[in-house]
Amino acid sequence: MASTARRDVPEPPDFGILKRLARDQLIYLLEQLPGRKDLFIEADLMSPLDRIANVSILKHEVDKLYKVESRPALSTSDQLCFLVRPRVKTMKYIADIVNADKMSGRSRKYKIIFSPQKFYACEMVLEEEGVFGDVTCDEWSFYLLPLDEDIISMELPEFFRDYFLEGDHRWINSVARALQLLNSLYGPFSRAYGIGRCAKMCYELWRELEEESEGDSQGRKPEIGNIFLMDRDTDYVTALCSQMVYEGLVDDTFRIKCGSVDFGPEVTSSDKSIKVLLNAQDKVFSQIRNEHFSSVFGFLSQKSRNLQAQYDRRRGMDIKQMKNFVSQELKGLKQEHRLLSLHIGACESIMKKKTKQDFQEMIKAEHSLLEGFDIRESTSFIEEHIDRQVSPIESLRLMCLLSITENGLNPKDYRSLKTQYLQSYGPEHLLTFHNLKRIGLLTEQAAGETLTAVENRVSKLVTDRAAGKITDAFNSLARKSNFRAISKKLGLIPRLDGEYDLKMPRDMAYVFSGAYTPLSCKIIEQVLERRGWQGLEEVLRLLNGTEFSEAGAAEASPGRDSQRTVLAVFLGGCTCSEMAALRFLGRERGCRFIFLTTAVTSSGRLMEAMAETRA
Amino acid sequence: MEWGLREELRDCLVAAAPYGGPIALLRNCARREKSPGARPLLDTFSASGLLLASIPWKSGQVVQLGWTASEDLLCIQEDGTVLIYNLFCEFKRHFSMGNEVLQNHVLEAKVFHTEYGTGVAILTGAHRFSLATNIDDLKLRRMPEVPGLQKPPSCWAVLSQDRVTIVLLAVGQDLYLLDNTSCSVVTPPGMSPSAGAYLQMAVSFNYRCLALFTDTGYIWMGLATLKEKLCEFNSSIRSPPKQMVWCMRPRSRQRAVVMAWDRQLMVVGNSTECIQFVLDEDSYLVPELDGVRILSRTSHEFLHEIPEASQEIFKIASMAPGALLLEAQKEYEKESQKADEYLREIKDQKLLPEAVSQCIEAAGYEHEPETQKSLLRAASFGKCFIDKFPPESFVRMCQDLRVLNAIRDYQIGIPLTFTQYKRLTIEVLLDRLVLRRLYPLAIRICEYLRLSEIQGVSRILAHWACYKVQQKDKSDEEVAYAINQKLGDTPGISYSEIAARAYDCGRPELAIKLLEYEPRSGEQVPLLLKMKRSKLALSKAIESGDTDLVYTVVLHLKNELNRGTFFMTLQNQPVALSLYRQFCKHQERETLKDLYNQDDNHQELGNFHVHSSYSEKRIEGRVGALQNAVDEYYKAKNEFAAKATEDQIKLLRLQRHLQEDFDKPYLDLSLHDTVSTLILDGHHKKAEQLYRDFKIPDKRWVREGSSGCTGVPASRGAQ
Repeated sequence: MASTARRDVPEPPDFGILKRLARDQLIYLLEQLPGRKDLFIEADLMSPLDRIANVSILKHEVDKLYKVESRPALSTSDQLCFLVRPRVKTMKYIADIVNADKMSGRSRKYKIIFSPQKFYACEMVLEEEGVFGDVTCDEWSFYLLPLDEDIISMELPEFFRDYFLEGDHRWINSVARALQLLNSLYGPFSRAYGIGRCAKMCYELWRELEEESEGDSQGRKPEIGNIFLMDRDTDYVTALCSQMVYEGLVDDTFRIKCGSVDFGPEVTSSDKSIKVLLNAQDKVFSQIRNEHFSSVFGFLSQKSRNLQAQYDRRRGMDIKQMKNFVSQELKGLKQEHRLLSLHIGACESIMKKKTKQDFQEMIKAEHSLLEGFDIRESTSFIEEHIDRQVSPIESLRLMCLLSITENGLNPKDYRSLKTQYLQSYGPEHLLTFHNLKRIGLLTEQAAGETLTAVENRVSKLVTDRAAGKITDAFNSLARKSNFRAISKKLGLIPRLDGEYDLKMPRDMAYVFSGAYTPLSCKIIEQVLERRGWQGLEEVLRLLNGTEFSEAGAAEASPGRDSQRTVLAVFLGGCTCSEMAALRFLGRERGCRFIFLTTAVTSSGRLMEAMAETRA
Repeated sequence: MEWGLREELRDCLVAAAPYGGPIALLRNCARREKSPGARPLLDTFSASGLLLASIPWKSGQVVQLGWTASEDLLCIQEDGTVLIYNLFCEFKRHFSMGNEVLQNHVLEAKVFHTEYGTGVAILTGAHRFSLATNIDDLKLRRMPEVPGLQKPPSCWAVLSQDRVTIVLLAVGQDLYLLDNTSCSVVTPPGMSPSAGAYLQMAVSFNYRCLALFTDTGYIWMGLATLKEKLCEFNSSIRSPPKQMVWCMRPRSRQRAVVMAWDRQLMVVGNSTECIQFVLDEDSYLVPELDGVRILSRTSHEFLHEIPEASQEIFKIASMAPGALLLEAQKEYEKESQKADEYLREIKDQKLLPEAVSQCIEAAGYEHEPETQKSLLRAASFGKCFIDKFPPESFVRMCQDLRVLNAIRDYQIGIPLTFTQYKRLTIEVLLDRLVLRRLYPLAIRICEYLRLSEIQGVSRILAHWACYKVQQKDKSDEEVAYAINQKLGDTPGISYSEIAARAYDCGRPELAIKLLEYEPRSGEQVPLLLKMKRSKLALSKAIESGDTDLVYTVVLHLKNELNRGTFFMTLQNQPVALSLYRQFCKHQERETLKDLYNQDDNHQELGNFHVHSSYSEKRIEGRVGALQNAVDEYYKAKNEFAAKATEDQIKLLRLQRHLQEDFDKPYLDLSLHDTVSTLILDGHHKKAEQLYRDFKIPDKRWVREGSSGCTGVPASRGAQ
C-alpha cells in the first residue's frame, strides 16, 4: 500500500501534553481533600484513567479504590472522594451513601469530582435527595484522551444516544470546551468546515467561548490548521456496514476498549487472556491496522518469515556479534514475535467466527443493499438471519441498513420483519424499534413524496441559529436518508473493471472490499478539495444538512504543515473503517488527519445504544 | 468659598468629610424654639462651597452629622435613629442604635473611622455609651457604666487601640477608660497635679496621640496609650476651646495641637512658644491626615507643617542642594553664567541626584501650579547632568500633579494634598469622582493614566449607565440608546448589571431593552427570571447553548407556574423539554407520565407503560402495565405496537402456564425459544398450538421443527 503514498505527510502533533494536563489537574483536585481518603471511580472512567495515570500516582493520596456500582460501599475511611461522570444515576448512588451515613450518625467528608464537567441537573438531584450541603463538588476537565498518535477520544459513548435520540444538548458544551482546549494548544485553526446541526451548534458555542476568553492565540505556530465537524447522522450507512479492515474487525470481534483489547484464550492459545494496547507503537499492528483483512494474513506470514530470518542470522555469528545481538536486537525481536503470534491468533479467531456465520453471504447481501439491487433477496436473507437467531444486534443492523439504503421499508416488510424479530428475539425489543424509528434508522416508507418536499423546504428555512435548535422537533419526522441518490451523485459505488485489487487499493472504497466508498469520508474529501461546499449543493439538499464553512483570520499559506493537518471531529462516534479510509486519503493527498471523536464506535455499539431492554 | 452663607457657622450643624471631602450643613436647627414654617435645611457642599444638594429636613431632631468613609452622610437623631443619605441628599437607608438609646435619647454623638469602617458612638441621656464600630455591619455594643457618673462627662473621645475601640472620658479631674467589659480610672503620666479639671480632649487622625485641655489652660500632649507624655504647654486661657485638633504629618516628629476659640487660633507643640492667629469669623476645623482644614463663611484654608523638602528649598538663604538647583535653573533661564556656578557647587558635593529628588518631592507639596512648574523645571534641568537618573519618579510626579490640579479646581472641589492622595489611592479617588457624578473627568483621568479598561473606563461607564437609568424624565428608548451609544461593546461592561439597576429603579421595560445589548445570552437569564419574564429567560437560556442554564430556568418555571402552564411552556421549547424529560426519566418517572398525558402523546405513554412493566416483579403487575400500554397504543393508532404488546401478554400468560405444567423456566423466553424448547422437550401439541395462536410463518415453523428435533412428525404435519 505504501507505493502510492506521498512522503510529505506531516507528523501528528504531540498529544502527550493532554495527558499530562489531565493528570496534573486530577492530582491537584485530589490534594484539595487533604489526608487519607477512599476513592470511588465510575466504571467507565477506569480505562481512561488507566491511560493517563497509573495506580501509584493515585495511591499516594488514596487508601483504597472502589468502583461505583450498585452495591453499597464498605469503605471505612473518613473521607470519600467520588470520581464520576455527571449522571443522575450516580448522584443517587452517592446520595444513598451519604444518607445511610447520616442515618447511622456517621460524619464523613464527601467530595465529588465530575468529569468532564458538572451539570446543574446533578446538583438538582443532590439537592432533592437532601445531601447537597454535605458534599463538595469539583470539576476535572478531562475532555480529551489521546488514544493514539492521531486519535483523540472524548470517551463519551452516551453522546450518541443523548443527542441524536433524546435531543439532549448538554454534551455540546463539553465538545465546545474540548475544541477550545485543542485550539489553544494546537491552533489557531484557520479554516473550519462542518455538516450537521450539532456540528454547527458546537462550532458556534466554541467560537463564543473563544471570544469570551480572548486568549491571545496570536504569534503561536499552529500545528493543526483545518477542522472538520460532522454529525454521525450525516452518514449512518458507513457505520452500519460490516468492517473489513483489520482494526475494524478486531473491534467488531473483540471490542477495543479505550485503545486496548483483551485477547481471550482462543487467541492467546493459553488459558489466560492478554490485554494488548493497540496503537502506533505496536510495530506489527501499526502495519496491518488499515489493511483489508484479505491481505493481512499474507502480510503476517511474510512478517514471520522475516522475523525467522533475523533470528537465523545468529547462526554463523561469532561471540562478539552474538553478544551484540542478544543485548540489542533480541529483545525487540522477541517483543515483535510475541505481538505477531497474538495477531495471528486474532486473525484465526476472526476467520473462524466469520466462516461460521456465513460471512461471505452476509457481505454479499450488504453489498447488494449498498448497490441497490436484488433487494428482495437481501430481505429474505435478513429474514433468515432473524429466524436463525444468529445475533440480535446483527439482525437489527441489517434491518437498519436495509431501511436506510432503501429510504425506509415498505409497510409490509416493515411489519413482517419487526414481527419476526420480536418473535425470534423476544418482545422487549418493541421499544428499541420505537427508538430506531425516532432516530430514523428503521422507518416505514412514506406514502407520498409530498411530505419530503415540505420537510426540505422547512429545513432550508431552519438554517439560522435560533431555529436550528429545534432539531428535536424534526427528529420525530424521521429524516429521509436519500442514500441511493447521494451515492449516485458522489459515486460511492466504484465502477468495477475487473477485480478490485485490495492489496494495492486505488481509493477509500478498499475498506469495504472495494464495494463502497464511505460517505462520511467522501464528503470530507470533497469539501477539503473544493475548500468549501461549492458544487455540492445538490448533495447537501439530499443530506438535509446544515453545512458551514468559515475561514479564520489567519489564512496561512497552503504549503505549511499545519494547513495539511486536518482535525476530523465526529460527533456521535467514528468507526475504525472511517479512520482507515481517511488515513488512506491522507497518504494519497499528503495530509494528516487527526481524529477527534466522542467515542470510537461500531455498528454494534450504535445498535446497543438504541436498545431499550430491561436493565 | 462659593456658598454665600447667610447664617453664622455656629448656628449650624457642620460636618466635613476628611480627604477634602464634602461639607454638610444643617441650618436653623439650633433655634430650638419652634418657629413654624422655618424647617431646618440640610445642604451638602463640595469643599469649595459649591452646592451639591439641598433638602428641607423633615425628620426628627438631629444631634450630629457625620460622613462615612464612602462619603455617605450620617444624620444621628435624638431618638437614636441614624439616617443615611448620599452625597446628593438622597435617602439611602436608616438604622437604629437600639432601644436603650431610644428611651434615653442621644445627648452627644461622634462619628469615627477605624480600619473596620465608619463607626458611631453615642452618649445617652442616662450617661451611658453605645458604640457601633461598623455601620455597614451593625453590631451594637453597650459600654459598661461609669461608677458614680451623675452628670454628663465634660469631654470624651473614641480611641482605637490594637483593633479595639474604647472610649476615654473625663469627669472633672478624673479620666476614665471604657473598654468592652470594664471601666478604669487612668492618669496621664507627667500630668501636673495642679492642672485642674479636664475640659476638652483631642485624638489625632491616626489614633496615636492624645491632647488634654484643663480649666487652668494647661495642655497635656502625649500618646493615646497614656504611657508617655510628649510635651505640655500652658496657654493661660481658661475657657475651653471650641475645637481642638491635632495637626501633624505622617512620620514627622513635629506634632502640634490646634485650638480654636471664637476669634483666636492657637498652635502649640513641643516648644515654649506658641503660634497664634486671629480668626476674622466663625471657623470650623477639619482634621486631616497631614494637617488641618479651616472652614469659614468666606474662606477655606489648610494649615500644615511645612514638609522638610519644601523647607530645605524655600528657607531663606538655604544652601540645601534643592534650593541651589532651583536657583541654578532660574539663572539658566536668565542666561546667566551663575547657573553654572550653582550647579558646580551641587555637583562638587555630589548631591545632584538628591537635589533633583528634593525638587520633585517639593513640587508635590505645592498647590500653586506655577511653583510646581518651576520646581519640576528645576528637577528636569538637574536631571540632564546626571547619568541614568531613573525617570519614573519625575514622570509619576508630573502625572500625579496633573490629576491633583484637575480635582483641586473649585468646580470639582476636592482639595487633596499629595500625601492624602497617595494614601487614598487613585482607585478610591476615581470612586469619589464617580460618586460626585463627575464621569467625564474620571474617564479623562483613566485615559491619562492609562489604567486598564476593566479597572478604569468601563467601570466608570458602567456607573454612569447605572446613574443614567435613574433619570426618570427620559424615555426608555432614549436612555437605552444613549447608553448603548456610549458603551458600545467596551470590554468589561456588563449590560445585565445595568439592566438590573434599571429594574431596581422600577423600569422593567428599559431593563429588557438593555438586556438586548448583552452579548452573552447566559448573562441575561438571571435578571429575566427575577423580572418574571420566565419564557423569555427560557429562550435566552436555550440560545446560550448552556444546558445548565436551561435547567435553572426550567426548575424555576416548575416552581413558579402551575403544572399545566409549565408543561405548555415546555412543549414550545423542544430543547428544554428533552432536557427535562431526561431528568424525569431518572428522577421523577411519574412526572414523565403527566408530561405525556398533557400532550396526548399516547405513543410515548404506551412506551412508558411498557417500560414500567420491566420493573414489575409479579406477572399480574406486568400484564397490567402491558395492558395499559395496549390501550395507549390503540389510542395512538399504532396497531402494530398494540398487537405486539397483546401478543406479549398472551405469551406471558402462556409461559406461566407452561412453567406450572412442566415445572421448567419458560418465562421471558422469546416465542421462538419457547416453541423450540417445547419441541425439544417433546411437547409437540403445545408447540403446534403456539404456532396457530401466534400465526408463526410457515417458513419459520419448518426450521423450528428441523432445528428442534430431527424428523418430528408435528412439523411435517404442520405443513
